[in-house]
Amino acid sequence: MHTSQLIAEVLRVLAAGLLLISFAMLSGRRTQQLITLFAWQGGLLFVSTCLVAYSSGLTEMYYSAALTLLLKVIALPWILNRLIKRLGAQWDSEQLVNVPTTMLVGLVLVIFAFGLAQPISSMATTITRHTLGIALAVILLAFLMMITRRKAVTQVIGFLAMENGLFLAATSATYGMPMVIELGIALDLLVGVFILGIFFFQIREQFDSLDLHNLESLKED
Amino acid sequence: MSAISFFRQFVEVVLAIAIAPLLAGWIAQCRAWLQNRSAPPLLLPYRMLRKLFFKDVALATDASVLFRATPYVLFGTMVLAAAIIPSLVTDLPLARVADSIALVGLFATARVFLSLAAMDIGTAFGTLGARREMMVGFLAEPALLMVLFNAFLLYGSTSLPSLVDGYRTHPSVIDPSVIFAALAFVMVALAENARIPIDNPSTHLELTMIHEAMLLEYSARHLALVEWATSLKLFNYACIGFALFMPWGIATHGSDGAGALLIAIAALIGKLVIAGAALALIESLSAKLRIFRAPEYLAMAFLLAVLGLLVHLLVGA
Repeated sequence: MHTSQLIAEVLRVLAAGLLLISFAMLSGRRTQQLITLFAWQGGLLFVSTCLVAYSSGLTEMYYSAALTLLLKVIALPWILNRLIKRLGAQWDSEQLVNVPTTMLVGLVLVIFAFGLAQPISSMATTITRHTLGIALAVILLAFLMMITRRKAVTQVIGFLAMENGLFLAATSATYGMPMVIELGIALDLLVGVFILGIFFFQIREQFDSLDLHNLESLKED
Repeated sequence: MSAISFFRQFVEVVLAIAIAPLLAGWIAQCRAWLQNRSAPPLLLPYRMLRKLFFKDVALATDASVLFRATPYVLFGTMVLAAAIIPSLVTDLPLARVADSIALVGLFATARVFLSLAAMDIGTAFGTLGARREMMVGFLAEPALLMVLFNAFLLYGSTSLPSLVDGYRTHPSVIDPSVIFAALAFVMVALAENARIPIDNPSTHLELTMIHEAMLLEYSARHLALVEWATSLKLFNYACIGFALFMPWGIATHGSDGAGALLIAIAALIGKLVIAGAALALIESLSAKLRIFRAPEYLAMAFLLAVLGLLVHLLVGA
């Protein structure tokens, strides 16, 4: 009883850390820094999934934790780092519009997410039910990050962070999705990043930059 | 309200006044080591103070009473603040004078006096420094209050000694909001003490300095008092941080006797050594922000603290 209480508290702290990293990503300027933050987010997710697996005694969860570690902490950051090195975009920094305002919007999103999750988490019986609000907040913040960014690479990182939030939501509401679905999602992510990587090169070849602003006009002036 | 608690109060204040310059010296030493320079001696701040106290004061012709009184006001407010903050014991007779909101007010008083004194002489640099200081201050203050509110929510009290006592009675709390509050507190403490992301304490490069610009006209014993008050302020902030986030070893209400006090002193010194090294590390790793980025930095500290409140209300308990 006592250990499970302790684990629940640690899980809450880890979830709060995930939220913190989401805010850091929202305000981060450098692409390299964002990738590091993404890897950290994956690491926290790995630890929290392991804890959930330990406390619930589900072996399946260990597999999905291992998948998280392999994919989100090691493989994807490595691929992204290689990509931006090839693109020469390591030290790219973005001119962000008004970070405090973005953060304020993020704060409102957090309140909204908590309000949304309240009825669901009060019905759930899992040890992590309190973190469902945080998971939704992470998803919405990743959305916000994709909206405020102009560079292609950072939008992809936002997309991946959103998947982190979804994964957290799945573990906190129902102890994770079935293994087949999780494997499918993992493969999708990997393939998605590969395809987007090819897109990066195409975009850069066309417009000489990775700024998605160029994609907004339909014909050349 | 016995004589022994007054004695302990006295010990705490004297210790704060005595080791505050040592903390400054330790941070300078750590910074030098981290930057591959040969370090200045640990006791350099004391020698500096001694030298300054023996010098003759050179006053500007336009200096008013305000300018001459400010060093004493600064030093007095910082000593009073040290008396309120539970750095060694929580059974402080003087702590009943003011809760931690009044403590923030005390820091604000010191800031207003220093800024007015800097403007008093009428030099361009003094005015520039004062204006910047006020800008940083008015942004940092709400963030600091929000951090304190986080702790108030956790333990249900606005006075720092009873916060520490409250921590003792429910020791098993790892609240997620603490992470946010601690991060926001570090950011605010760096800004308030003129540390590197906002200001460089060792610079005399005119265009970037904030704190030093206000002290340019001070000399001799006035300068010594201002410097001493500055190091006391840093010490006070460190002790607020310890009281809020790592109150281990502080002698609480029940524990009387010399043993608890000695443990508290040892714990305080240990924590100061670690905090000083950590501060030097942060300062060596980060670059100074442009002054126009400072509002963004402090707004982030404020939002983090608010986020801590939200997380506590919505997830915790």
